[in-house]
Amino acid sequence: MKEIKSALLMLILFTVICGGIYPAVVTGLAHVIFPWQARGSFVTDPAGMVVGSTLIGQPFSEPKYLWPRPSATTDFGYNPLASGGSNAGPTNPAYLKTVDERLQGLRATGVTGPVAADLVQASASGLDPHISPQAASHQVGRIAMKRGLSEETVTRVITAHTEDRQFGFMGAPRVNVLAINLELDTIRP
Amino acid sequence: MMNTYDWQQTLFFFAVLLLLVKPVGTFMAKVYQGERTLLSPLLVPCENLLYRICGVNKDEEMGWQRYATAMLLFNLVGFVALFALLLLQHLLPLNPQGLSAFPWQLALNSAISFTTNTNWQAYSGETAASYFTQMAGLTVHNFVSAATGMAIVIALIRSFSRRKTSLLGNFWVDMSRGTLYILLPLALIAALVLVSQGVIQNFSPYRTTPLVQATSYDKAQLDDAGKTRLDTTGKPVTDKVIVSEVTIPMGPVASQEAIKELGTNGGGFFNANSSHPYENPTPLSHLLEILLILLIPAGLTYTFGIMVGNTRQGWTLLAVMLLLFVVAFSVLQWAETSSTPQLTQLGINGGNMEGKEVRFGMAGTSLFEVATTGTSCGAVAAMHDSLTPIGGLVPLSLILLGEIVFGGVGSGLYTMLAFAIIAVFVSGLMIGRTPEYLGKKIEVREMWVSIITILCAGVVVLILSGIAMITPAAVSSMANPGAHGLTEVLYAFASMANNNGSAFAGLSANINFYNILGSLAMLIGRYVPAVAILAMAGSLAAKKYVPPSLGTLPTDKAPFAIWLILVILIVGALTFFPALALGPIVEHLTMLGGN
Repeated sequence: MKEIKSALLMLILFTVICGGIYPAVVTGLAHVIFPWQARGSFVTDPAGMVVGSTLIGQPFSEPKYLWPRPSATTDFGYNPLASGGSNAGPTNPAYLKTVDERLQGLRATGVTGPVAADLVQASASGLDPHISPQAASHQVGRIAMKRGLSEETVTRVITAHTEDRQFGFMGAPRVNVLAINLELDTIRP
Repeated sequence: MMNTYDWQQTLFFFAVLLLLVKPVGTFMAKVYQGERTLLSPLLVPCENLLYRICGVNKDEEMGWQRYATAMLLFNLVGFVALFALLLLQHLLPLNPQGLSAFPWQLALNSAISFTTNTNWQAYSGETAASYFTQMAGLTVHNFVSAATGMAIVIALIRSFSRRKTSLLGNFWVDMSRGTLYILLPLALIAALVLVSQGVIQNFSPYRTTPLVQATSYDKAQLDDAGKTRLDTTGKPVTDKVIVSEVTIPMGPVASQEAIKELGTNGGGFFNANSSHPYENPTPLSHLLEILLILLIPAGLTYTFGIMVGNTRQGWTLLAVMLLLFVVAFSVLQWAETSSTPQLTQLGINGGNMEGKEVRFGMAGTSLFEVATTGTSCGAVAAMHDSLTPIGGLVPLSLILLGEIVFGGVGSGLYTMLAFAIIAVFVSGLMIGRTPEYLGKKIEVREMWVSIITILCAGVVVLILSGIAMITPAAVSSMANPGAHGLTEVLYAFASMANNNGSAFAGLSANINFYNILGSLAMLIGRYVPAVAILAMAGSLAAKKYVPPSLGTLPTDKAPFAIWLILVILIVGALTFFPALALGPIVEHLTMLGGN
């Protein structure tokens, strides 16, 4: 009986400590030290309107935009309320057909040679804000033509938003799709 | 299959981990032995206040039955509270999205899941759990279920170093100290580093933002019965929906993310778990999360060494874990960078990127998936269902071996010690000597417990997977056809029975069959070994010390490490080879055959 009382009181106290005080302290410190990150890394346009988060990808599909990775979120790609992957097994025939269709779609825009896997395979979160530099390079010709820009200009914008491995060796090099498209929209031909 | 950067990253990671083993292990030994630490001036008064309120006498030690009773009661109370909280979510505060209550089957599964340190999730965090549920329910259990596992292994370690006593320590003291001195400070620091990288931490309502380019989709019309309406040709009737703004979920993520990894819990704030950019935004946050998963399990081997008076005993176990880890990592990395012949033939390069994020890189992703399934964590940074057949075999095998490759906090080390006892016993039989481990005679009771600990989860997995295969509702939950579908079901029960919580997530697991049988698997997989281990601790503590003689097998040297690895692999292979052969191995062979 004594142990039941101890168990109950222990749970209540640890709920207060770990479920109340601890997250409150983290929130307080986070908002003092890293307020922008704690709120979601949102970016604004010059007029001060929020245009999205640097960390959450958006479903660009028009030819003038840099395309992100395929996304398997429900209803529509890059639905932030439905994060998740396709969970397709790599030997599933229906899945291989989907990948082939995506590949043919890219080929139709003039992409030749081996294609970067990340541009035809969906991400784990369905919200991946990045593509690989190779996946971006596949799209330079198409974007330049649609926007009437030189390929050098488009490449320059992509390079400016390419992040190297963190500290030179962690993770993989990547380009932020939203950042590039926002900048492309500001350039007049 | 690794470039220079991958090698640098991998070696850097292991260097950091190994450098931290001794300081973290020493600190934990001091905490559990009640010695003074850096944090004592701050925390001793809090700790004493806690005991006074709860009516705990910290100097009063417990025998194994009382220790086990306290542990079970605490977990029972925690389960009931969480179950109630999930059922009453809609009436509780901090629910800006107005999310409704969990249905009882899902609430039962989720409450058991978090109480048992499994963190299997048959729900999506962003659309099912309020901020109050995430903090006061799930985060709390992330702490105390980890502290429970650690307390059990500490009781077992004490039983090796003590002689002719029935006392193993005080559960309330061990659990409180584990939480206050070890988990909370580390989680606090880690949470802030995670925020610096972009993990969110706020209580704002979900945020609606415009899309730069609007998108659209075809939404199926539903009839009055909630079924898809079909036209005369049998196709679904759809409406075109234009999407020009999206809703981005918010919440106190960093505080949960830190303890989710540190306590090898693994329950994601969001459905996509640690692949979600708000849970794991950069390569640095990624490596930190892997480090948090392995830190306490690796450190505990040194704590073990200190408390039994010979740190080489701990290093030997660590070496065994490290070697198995490197093998698993190599196989996974090879399989995923090689991709599949079908994908390569299409003209795709860069490995198998389905279900992976660009920022982590292939090698970083493989490291995470091995760490999360070699422990009882189960957080994922890639979708296991989309791994290549051999790639998917790696996490499944690590879980089935009992999560001993560093292992879950506490549970990993006690399972590894059970394997060590079996290894000592088998070698003792070979040379005809009475087996001893750490100066304690290994007798019938110890063997029973070790075998129960190791085989319990396996038996549950095989029986329940078998039942699923003859249950139509369970079979129709599979997302992929053929052998891959069997792997999904096998993985689900392996994950629940071994308290991992990761999934081959294509399986639609939120049906009564998996919710209820899964709950059973989680309960058996957690508490049967836990109580058995405490019973063994009781019997070991009562034994006298037998000094090593000429015939004693030294358990702190390389030959024993190799022998232990062989025993682990033989036991694993004998138990699971048939099931694995029908799942991932068949899939691999048919893939190579071009089907």
